[in-house]
Amino acid sequence: MELICPAGTPASLEAAVEAGADAVYCGFRDETNARNFPGLNFSREELRKSIAFAHRRGVKVLVAINTFARAGSFGLWQAAIDDAVAAGADALILADLATLDYAARHHPAQRLHVSVQAGAANPDAIRFYVESFGARRVVLPRVLNVAEIASIVRESACETEVFVFGGLCVMEEGRCSLSSYATGKSPNMNGVCSPASHVAYAEREGQIVSTLGGFTINSFGKDESAGYPTLCKGRFVTPKSSGYIFEEPVSLDAAVMLPALRDAGVTAFKIEGRQRGRAYIAEVVRSFRRILAEIDQGRSAPPAGLAAMAEGQASTVGAYRKSWR
Amino acid sequence: MQLTLGPVLYHWSPERWRDFYYRMADEAQIDVVVVGETVCSKRAPFKQDYLPAVIERLEGAGKRVLHASLILVSLPRERRQTRELMQVAEAEVEINDLTCLASLGERPFAVGPFVNVYNEAAAGFLAARGATRICLPPELPLPAVAAIAAAVPQLAIEVFAFGKVPLAISARCYHARAHRLTKDNCRFVCENDPDGMSVKTLDGAGFLSVNGVQTLSDSCASLLCDLPALGRAGVASLRLSPQCCDMVAVARLFRDVVDERIDPREAEGRLGEIYPEVPFSNGFLHGAPGHNRIDAGGGRPGELR
Repeated sequence: MELICPAGTPASLEAAVEAGADAVYCGFRDETNARNFPGLNFSREELRKSIAFAHRRGVKVLVAINTFARAGSFGLWQAAIDDAVAAGADALILADLATLDYAARHHPAQRLHVSVQAGAANPDAIRFYVESFGARRVVLPRVLNVAEIASIVRESACETEVFVFGGLCVMEEGRCSLSSYATGKSPNMNGVCSPASHVAYAEREGQIVSTLGGFTINSFGKDESAGYPTLCKGRFVTPKSSGYIFEEPVSLDAAVMLPALRDAGVTAFKIEGRQRGRAYIAEVVRSFRRILAEIDQGRSAPPAGLAAMAEGQASTVGAYRKSWR
Repeated sequence: MQLTLGPVLYHWSPERWRDFYYRMADEAQIDVVVVGETVCSKRAPFKQDYLPAVIERLEGAGKRVLHASLILVSLPRERRQTRELMQVAEAEVEINDLTCLASLGERPFAVGPFVNVYNEAAAGFLAARGATRICLPPELPLPAVAAIAAAVPQLAIEVFAFGKVPLAISARCYHARAHRLTKDNCRFVCENDPDGMSVKTLDGAGFLSVNGVQTLSDSCASLLCDLPALGRAGVASLRLSPQCCDMVAVARLFRDVVDERIDPREAEGRLGEIYPEVPFSNGFLHGAPGHNRIDAGGGRPGELR
């Protein structure tokens, strides 16, 4: 079982390596990756040095180039692929047919992983990626329960990787335009969701109101902490009910599911959070390293005990349990 | 410029669904009609009995019929439905997920708006696999549409031109959740909202619509005033997505603007009478927030400015 950890900066990458990551994933400082946030990500030089550092410690580096290339500007995505290969990336994490096709044809020896943004949610879709591009691993979308994952693993000719901790998409990844509907900026095209540049807070009648692109996403009383207005985790009103109609402001913590996911045959467990600081990353990685060691010794998985770090202070195992649907 | 009637995204009663297509077959000036359940596999059996008659009526009226696949395929039942659809030789299929390519073989196919085609290289890849037409994702801005149409001229490029905009798909059913039901025991409550369930902000502003596992916009896309620019960009077809309004009249209006019989601005005014009390939007095409309504100027098709 591999532990795959996020790094938004070279310092975070070092922290993840020190804390026991088997592999670290990161991206270039541009719109080619799905965490295109200000002050984050790697220059070409930083990536080369970080890969050299990780390799000295026996840790792999996976480079995420997982947005969808802008029409007429494919050169930016081609360059990212070429440069990541040249820097010695252990795998590229890709989502777009265009980038997968380019990488498979121009770098046939390079290991390719299908990003969660590709939304490959069943063995037939996975077979398409394996047969078309020689994909070696697929990161599964967060819409599947453990039984479905087990069945995918049984039928698939490539490795699987699943998210076990961090931000939780409630919509299928790679096919969500909610953010661009409100702000003009989307995960697929710009590598951002509910971007901070479009967030505002205001005080109205004793409530703190959070908005995204001018739409009210939530409202908090004095005794509530005002969470970040991620669009799908806001309070809204329908004719039948009001409140968190899509999902509460929770994040994913599937630590208790690790034995079941291991038994399902999953190859790698992934922690979300390239936007997080190095202290956070070090602590989460250390915790999961410890839990995995305990599972290896036959002890059942304790809860990760990281709830305080989870956004909104609450966590869920998400779609891994069927009742989530 | 062709007009394509997209699949009914909502859970209409089987009879309403059948009669809608009969009327569109007989009355609407539409070139291509897409049928099939794309949103929820639990709904598909309701339409199954009427589907052959609907297809026959449409084809009898000279319409080209495409059979659309599910957007999100994860359950064994959904894989089976999808594989069977791909192997039914008589129906031309519109794929909404790359799952379909695993069982399609060498047959030509159309690509629906839920397959991520954001650039000319992805479009070219699908064309090489047998795609003949692609309805692009609704969030694509006009320069991307133009670049794709120019680079892959053998493909008929279509854009989402009318209807509430599909924005997201999930494993979770928000209709069931709003009614405090589970997805497995949903009682098909989505049937009570044939035009989607409105999702307003806490201060009462229209924002989104829920259609089972799908989330759409509250606003209705209207690219009427953008038609001249779309024509110049090489767009071959306009997708009209069925809403609870007179879709024959909507199709007539788009046809009249395409054929330069009426001015786009005047047409959009009339569209507001056909589908009242719903705001129109075209922000995505202009690279702006999707809910925006940008003044596209109108003008005549083919007119170079």
